[in-house]
Amino acid sequence: MIDFLQRLGARTLERMSNLGRASIMWATALWGLPRRGDYALLIRQIYSIGVLSLVIIVLSGFSIGAVIALQFYTQLARFGAEDAVGLGLALVLLRELGPVVTGLLFAGRAGSAITAEIGLMKSTEQLSIMEMMGVDPLRRIVAPRLWAGLLCMPLLTAIFNVVAIYGGMVVAVEWLGADPGGFWSGMQDAVELWEDLGKGTIKSVVFALVITWIAVFQGYDTVPTAEGIGRATTRTVVMSSVMVLALDFILTLGMYGDFE
Amino acid sequence: MIRMRTVEISVGAFVLAGVLAFVVLMVQVSGVSFTREEGNYRLYATFSDVAGLRVRSKVSMAGVTIGRVTAITVDPAYGQATVEMQIIGSTGELPVDTGARILTEGLLGARYISLMPGADDEMLADGDYIEDTQGALVLENLIGDFVTRLGGS
Repeated sequence: MIDFLQRLGARTLERMSNLGRASIMWATALWGLPRRGDYALLIRQIYSIGVLSLVIIVLSGFSIGAVIALQFYTQLARFGAEDAVGLGLALVLLRELGPVVTGLLFAGRAGSAITAEIGLMKSTEQLSIMEMMGVDPLRRIVAPRLWAGLLCMPLLTAIFNVVAIYGGMVVAVEWLGADPGGFWSGMQDAVELWEDLGKGTIKSVVFALVITWIAVFQGYDTVPTAEGIGRATTRTVVMSSVMVLALDFILTLGMYGDFE
Repeated sequence: MIRMRTVEISVGAFVLAGVLAFVVLMVQVSGVSFTREEGNYRLYATFSDVAGLRVRSKVSMAGVTIGRVTAITVDPAYGQATVEMQIIGSTGELPVDTGARILTEGLLGARYISLMPGADDEMLADGDYIEDTQGALVLENLIGDFVTRLGGS
């Protein structure tokens, strides 16, 4: 019994120290960027985090938009309310699916890559060499990735939403024959700039913070072996996916939760 | 390693695409028009019952949306609800004897306020109260009425 309690206490302390180290690393790294001479690093990270994620974002966006429109159309057509397809599609995407699906894809595509890269740097001792040379790895390695993630996620989310809405339009209007006027005007009538687009963008920024933070920390904290890198990468994807879904619920509750 | 120039160009294109996507979302999806700012004014109306009316509900005239509900407050002393509406356009178009009714879109749709212009020469100004109001029809009350009347006859 005592033994169990002891182990429980030890594990809690371990978790606490992990969280503490992660927070300190995060704060120092975020603080560390806006200096001249780091822009090349930042641009390279935007390339590998944002540009390389573009294909998967566009493809998934199109299929998700198309499938939502298909489902909405077949159900709404039974009530003669096909005009509401555009409205439903846009609200679902802007408020929930856009940020969440982009977050999940981002965690799988970019988060895992960040962890694996930094983990490999650590296991080949590049990080300690940098420290020895007097280069701060937080500033050179961690900070550009955090900032690139923060910048890329909202942009990727917006691209995802646009592609998905046009994908839905292709299905509903071009293929199934919904009225394009009703599709767009219903959407424009119901969607509010701040309430839907703004709050969805806040979500995507929060997700970006969490995902890049988890990814960078897992890479930085990995056990420097081949197995350790594999485990850290898995943990990044699992943890950030769970965090995205959980945070989405909390954010929705906080931002839309005024159920009069 | 890809050449830095290629990286820079693709990053530029990516950021541009992202910003464009935001603009499309703003203009095409949420229907923001940048020219509508010129004149909004407020009107108030008190109702005996606003059941189902919400902030951001539509205010319409002849089926055309001309404004939104911006606030709903209750006056506990009189048991009346005061609704604040933002009307698009400039003052001087609605007569003082304009009537306001709370209606429902379709059978189960959202509640909205319908304005009916009156015939007076004097016009409503910013912050005026609409006097002639009719509250929401509450389905339960109607059914209740109907049942009691059935029982009475």
